[in-house]
Amino acid sequence: MSEHRFRSLAETRWRIAVSLTALMVAIYFGFILLIAYDKPLMGRLLTRGLSVGVLLGALVIVLSWVLTWVYVRWANTHYDAGLEQLRRGEDAR
Amino acid sequence: MTILQATQAPPGAAVTTRIGEPNAVAMVFFFAFIAVTLGITYWAARRTRTTEDFYAAARSITPGQNGFALAGDYMSAASFLGIAGLVSTTGFDGLIYSTGWLVGWPVVLFLIAEPLRNLGKYTFADVVAARLRQTPVRVAAALGTLATVSLYLIAQMVGAGGLIRLMFGLSYETAIVIVGAAMLAYVLFGGMIATTWVQIVKAGLLLGGAALLALMVLARFGMNPLALFAAAADRYGAGVLAPGKLVAAPLDAISLGMALMFGTAGLPHILMRFYTVPDARAARTSVFYATGLIGVFYLMTFVLGFGAMVLVGPETIKAIDKGGNMAAPLLAEVLGGTPFLGFIAAVAFATILAVVAGLTLSGAAALSHDLWVNVVRHGEADSREQLRVARFATVALGVVAVLLGILFKGQNVAYMVSLAFAIAASGNFPALVLSIFWRRCTTEGIVSSMVLGTLSTLVLIWLSPTIQVDILKHTGAWFPLKNPALVTIPLSFAVGVLVSLATRDAAAAERFAAVERRMHVGEA
Repeated sequence: MSEHRFRSLAETRWRIAVSLTALMVAIYFGFILLIAYDKPLMGRLLTRGLSVGVLLGALVIVLSWVLTWVYVRWANTHYDAGLEQLRRGEDAR
Repeated sequence: MTILQATQAPPGAAVTTRIGEPNAVAMVFFFAFIAVTLGITYWAARRTRTTEDFYAAARSITPGQNGFALAGDYMSAASFLGIAGLVSTTGFDGLIYSTGWLVGWPVVLFLIAEPLRNLGKYTFADVVAARLRQTPVRVAAALGTLATVSLYLIAQMVGAGGLIRLMFGLSYETAIVIVGAAMLAYVLFGGMIATTWVQIVKAGLLLGGAALLALMVLARFGMNPLALFAAAADRYGAGVLAPGKLVAAPLDAISLGMALMFGTAGLPHILMRFYTVPDARAARTSVFYATGLIGVFYLMTFVLGFGAMVLVGPETIKAIDKGGNMAAPLLAEVLGGTPFLGFIAAVAFATILAVVAGLTLSGAAALSHDLWVNVVRHGEADSREQLRVARFATVALGVVAVLLGILFKGQNVAYMVSLAFAIAASGNFPALVLSIFWRRCTTEGIVSSMVLGTLSTLVLIWLSPTIQVDILKHTGAWFPLKNPALVTIPLSFAVGVLVSLATRDAAAAERFAAVERRMHVGEA
């Protein structure tokens, strides 16, 4: 029983970790590929002083924060609670 | 005499700056920093008795403290001086570095931080070797660690020498010896406790100094960053807000991006910090804080860079130093006169000193914990012997760092750092990921991945245009990319997988379940 719970917790943790990593890779390399292959778009001005490129650059930094926040949020509540249950289950045996 | 000195302002240049003259305020701040950090070292030395104190600060660092210390270890002078300089002279292109240097942190958080804390003791090799054969894995991991640490050390030492010569008027060699001596004192006597607190003080100074500078810039533009960017575009053309020459070759940009993103997760001195906190949850929280602090810092480099472009001017910055490295100090001088220049100079110096200390400690851990204790003595060394060897390794590395710094005088600092990232990303990161996630991996597979990842990176760097064309003055280079990560990261993964599939490691597969459980749940 405990083994089954452990498996599902471990699998959930890696599914979330790998999805978030893939998302981060997509965001950053999306930015780099736009720089590499669509320079006119990155240079277009949205308003005085703000080009698409500068905005997206700042957005990459902000999205890095958001993704780490999402993971820490999930891990501190769900993952840690699951681990705590597993540890207590082991003590009882 | 040297490339760096040759870039100093010619006497006729229309620049009035006191950079290059002994600066009393810089001296005062600098000696205050040395005094405070040596005080910390004295305090830490009395608490450093066991190997766990020396390598892992008795695992007593809080997540908030470790967040600052991680930021301190990571934000080197290359980011502060280098990025500000790059943005001020090229505009948008410099921002590619600001973002690239942050995006590795979420990867560290998602994949590495918690398993590392639960599986290891002092070095990242502890994790890779958790279910594989000790001797070959430790030797290969030490190779990757020492290659990364040496390149990174060279970059910091060369940066320190040039910086101090420009700011205090000391000779390059004297500056390097001062850095080496102060760093040795921290690490040798205070171990990880002193190193951690030096990082925290430095991170506070660097973030505070950069924030003050950024606020003073923004105050001139009605506290509106867009007004600042618009002023830059008005004066130097809208091109400064768009990608330019730096990314002329798309594959070069992608390769550099890969090195920056995955290299962070393979830097030995960063990984070692996760052992200083009490548990995996604290490791996780400390990355969250570090990502926040480092992100704020890189956002501020947008303002500092464009601020220096508008208020100082790219011509003036390049006249003082061709690489643009003096943009931030020059900006400080324009905004706050010689005293503020002195303060920023001292902050930049403290930055280098702290990073060098962290690097040396992680190199010493690879030499003593991985090579001496686990390979030579097969884990049979008592705490006293381990400490003695660790301190001996620290002194040896300190001497090597000073010698390398003098030998490599005049090399491009940012480039050397990006190469250290390439080795960390190709030699260390794939082995860590494969050994943590993949049941089927074998000792042979992981060792070939680490050795080939490190060696192929070194060879391709040698064959790259930077070495062949820029330094050796050949007409062409055999390998087209400046940074080899685009080739070497996939190569290292492929070799690890193929060799694992071709070999059998029954013990490794058998131990997987137990190791996997410990990775999540921690020690019982």
